[in-house]
Amino acid sequence: MSVNIEVKVIEIIAEQAVLEVSDVTPTSTLEELGIDSLGLVESIFAIEEAFDIQVPYNANEPTESDFDISSVASITKAVSALVQDQS
Amino acid sequence: MKRVVITGQGTINSLGRSVAETLEGFREGRCGISNLEFQDVDRLSIKIGGQVKNYDPESEFNRQQISLYDRYTQFTMLAAREALDQCGLTFSGELAERSGVVLGTAGGGMTTQDENYRSVYEEGKNRVHPFVVPKLMNNAAACHVSMKYNLKGPSFTVATACASSNHAMGQAFQMVRSGMCDVMVTGGSESMLCFGGVKAWEGLRVMSRDACRPFSLGRNGMVQGEGAGIFVFEDYDHARARGAEILAEVIGFAMTSDASDIVMPSKKGAARAISGAMRDARLNPEDVCYINAHGTGTAANDKTECAAVADVFGAHADHLMMSSTKSMHGHLIGGTGAVELLACIMALRDGVIAPTIGYEEPDPECALDVVPNIARDAKVDVVLTNAFAFGGLNAVLALRKAP
Repeated sequence: MSVNIEVKVIEIIAEQAVLEVSDVTPTSTLEELGIDSLGLVESIFAIEEAFDIQVPYNANEPTESDFDISSVASITKAVSALVQDQS
Repeated sequence: MKRVVITGQGTINSLGRSVAETLEGFREGRCGISNLEFQDVDRLSIKIGGQVKNYDPESEFNRQQISLYDRYTQFTMLAAREALDQCGLTFSGELAERSGVVLGTAGGGMTTQDENYRSVYEEGKNRVHPFVVPKLMNNAAACHVSMKYNLKGPSFTVATACASSNHAMGQAFQMVRSGMCDVMVTGGSESMLCFGGVKAWEGLRVMSRDACRPFSLGRNGMVQGEGAGIFVFEDYDHARARGAEILAEVIGFAMTSDASDIVMPSKKGAARAISGAMRDARLNPEDVCYINAHGTGTAANDKTECAAVADVFGAHADHLMMSSTKSMHGHLIGGTGAVELLACIMALRDGVIAPTIGYEEPDPECALDVVPNIARDAKVDVVLTNAFAFGGLNAVLALRKAP
């Protein structure tokens, strides 16, 4: 399941960054990929739509939320946890 | 005071995707009004409009732009591109800081609102795209123009219903004339042709089901249109120094409020705006050859407008021409004055008066030369363009042939 989640998260982030999927690795940070704050909220929206989850993210205090956006891997982990909670 | 000239014009509307196509439509007296095409149109009782057909945003904009540009912003950007290309200016340094953008719109991102209300209310979704707010806001179009062309001076949006564009262009004119700015991008845009937009207008019972026939006996209401008109207003000395082609000169502007009724127009308020613009431009009645009318095709507007013109011009009212191009492109609400300014510039530059089409029979209450059905050649030096909005807000501009 979590492999699939990682694939999907990478797809979403690659689309947002206008990159090939192969250019996005688990250790990539959003900054490296050129995703700005507006791109981030759009990515989160796409993630919510794709996994039918609610991501607890407030752009005013990005570091305060439980949703860790420091890398693609951390996002995948946070998404996996939210999907887990749902089921 | 500076003289103000127009050095660029652009448009998209139901008559065409460019100024050339639109002017061709005016000359031919072509009707851009057709059956509306959008979701749930079958639930409307008004099913016609001046809609921009066969329009594919993806051929004009990338995915990121489309995620931020409502249809009204897309129209603005397309018209702005044509106008800015024509004027030949690029904005940097001091010129960028002395240039801005003032646009009119009434509904702003109405399509975005409509789609998202449908999604949350009808489809029961609990999540909307993150850019709904920056997409629907009334100032979005002006902001995207300022960002694309690096316009760093005064920029804002005017929302005065059907007079929005004329108010916006009046502001732009005054900013250049006063010396506050060297260049102002101005005009307006509207795209209310979606289910919610037309449904709201239906409620007022002022819409025609078959055609917009301004000033014609038996006219039965207005027809909505959509699109944008964008212009570059420039300090005459600045334009001349760089050898720019000058399309026309803007010579006067006035705005008044009826202070009487939220929908019914007042002859006095309209007349004060017309005479105010003439005073501002130092014109005598006999100087004015053509008026681009507000001419909505409603019973109330058209007779009130004709009475106001008769009051202001006296005997000369019988010697001037006044047409309403809304009969061809529909009423673009907040964008209407901008698209109609194209007909004014055509009259001044090309000596062709756009007709009032759909005209069937004279109405004794609208006994002026409304240039019925067929465009007319005429030598024209000075024109006025009227806009009279709901709420009694009136805005009239005066233009002269290029110096």
